[in-house]
Amino acid sequence: MEIQAPPTVASQDSPAFIEARKMTKRFAGVVAVDRISFDVGKGELFGFLGPNGAGKTTTINMLTGLARPDSGTIRIGGLDCARDPKAAQHLFGVVPDESNLYPELTGFENLCFCAALYGMRKNERRAGARELLETFELTDAANRKFEGYSKGMKRKLTIAAGIIHRPQVLFLDEPTTGVDVASARRIRQMIAALHVSGTTIFLTTHYIEEAERLCHRIAFIVGGRIVRIDTVSNLLQAVRGKHVMLISVAHSVPALCASLSLAFPALDFHTVSERELRVESATPISVGPLVRLIEDQGADVTEARRMQPSLEDVFVRVTGIEADAMRKEREKTEAGL
Amino acid sequence: MKQWIAFWNIVLKDMRAYYLKPPNISWGIIFPIAWTGMFFIKSGGGLEQVLPLLPGVIAVSILFGTTSMLAVTVTFEKKARSFERLLLAPVRLELLMLAKTGGAILFGVANACVPIGLARLLVDLSGISWGAMAAAVTMIAIVSTFLGLFIAVSVSEIFEAQTFSNFFRFPMIFLCGLFFPIDRLPIFLRPLSYMAPLTYGVDILHGAINEANTMPLALDFLIIGIFCFALFFISVRNIHRKWIV
Repeated sequence: MEIQAPPTVASQDSPAFIEARKMTKRFAGVVAVDRISFDVGKGELFGFLGPNGAGKTTTINMLTGLARPDSGTIRIGGLDCARDPKAAQHLFGVVPDESNLYPELTGFENLCFCAALYGMRKNERRAGARELLETFELTDAANRKFEGYSKGMKRKLTIAAGIIHRPQVLFLDEPTTGVDVASARRIRQMIAALHVSGTTIFLTTHYIEEAERLCHRIAFIVGGRIVRIDTVSNLLQAVRGKHVMLISVAHSVPALCASLSLAFPALDFHTVSERELRVESATPISVGPLVRLIEDQGADVTEARRMQPSLEDVFVRVTGIEADAMRKEREKTEAGL
Repeated sequence: MKQWIAFWNIVLKDMRAYYLKPPNISWGIIFPIAWTGMFFIKSGGGLEQVLPLLPGVIAVSILFGTTSMLAVTVTFEKKARSFERLLLAPVRLELLMLAKTGGAILFGVANACVPIGLARLLVDLSGISWGAMAAAVTMIAIVSTFLGLFIAVSVSEIFEAQTFSNFFRFPMIFLCGLFFPIDRLPIFLRPLSYMAPLTYGVDILHGAINEANTMPLALDFLIIGIFCFALFFISVRNIHRKWIV
């Protein structure tokens, strides 16, 4: 699919705090990030959404000084970071996609050490660490070594370490990946609270619903190129008025989508998983004929559910990538398969 | 000031997390004792052999202690990605790496105290020039640590760091005049001796302990200083080139 780079869409509410222009990065001749440009406004929660290997982490690495762009410019808070990556590091905090704190230190020691890296004095460090441990509900684990923390606790402490020095900008790389539902929910609440407190947040995620729930503007990145940047409400405009239905069957039936498409040419059918179909239409969908035909094909319909069109529909439409496939790919990577 | 807070806390963190751990403390004591005992027994002499052996034992204790530690503190943290935290801190890379090596330098100096303490129990050390000895121990600790840093930055796995370290360490035991005078080495090996930084540190120690240095001490200090600068800046450049890609 030929993807055209969109024009840069700046935040409409505030001046740009992060400005990236034609940022490019190649690894061994392969283009990982291809001339991407975007602005993030001060206090904005900006989402960077794309599948595995799309260039999200490489982009964060270039913005934060862990990677050098081959070309392009980066300014954070007006400081030229492409030329001097250290120039703006005092302005931001980074939460990497892996919880990379020190396993041999306790939670409290880890936070104090991270604060010291930003030159905070002892009293400030200790007070800040205590406050964050309380905020992140980790006070009971404060004196336990990081290596003994659960995945969710590690993630929360890693986020706390990213904000201990009260940065103006926070880069969050896949903050909820691999954590349980309750922890993910709590982390999302914390991200929202940080945003409310005025922190500019640059969030990369695989989870479309997470981006939809949290972000003001979103960039879709595929194959190292930004294919769309817009506000969530503008992105959703494209699918408003659309009718969507999710149909679950007891077992998979080969070529079910193809035969349904023949029978109902006005409807769009997408395979979500082996046992799930997504039906889209510009007009209301009649469930009865659809279910009858599916059952005639030998599949037992276990559920037919109307759905509100979501950002996932926009993502699929813009990138041509099934969101579920993206999620599964990530889960496979996490499981080390 | 903020940069120095970071500097000091990196040194303290490494000391607490790595160097002051019981296995490392015992390793830092047992290893120098083993070297001392081994060479003392091998010499076949009496207590008069302690002072001639002392420079070599001090140097080898520092060399092995520092280079082994850097493989852990740098290579391990790089592998576990916690090293990224340092790279993201608003502190110049040169200062970060000085902090990262500071603990190892102190560990090396502490290692040197073990054979000196043992020798103190066995023989009279009143003839030693303690000022030159302290300077030599410090310089050997610095150059060995920077050699360890150079090795740690050149590899990606801890076992590679240990293997690569031995590539430098074992030849240096025989080439640098630790236990065998350089002028008794085969003539074709002697140029290699003068290419190793430890040669100059050991020469200062021979001068401080036995007044048996073969080169002027000022020249020894100058050359070992050049090695320190070169190893450190090559390592920092390699971090820039290889780790911030």
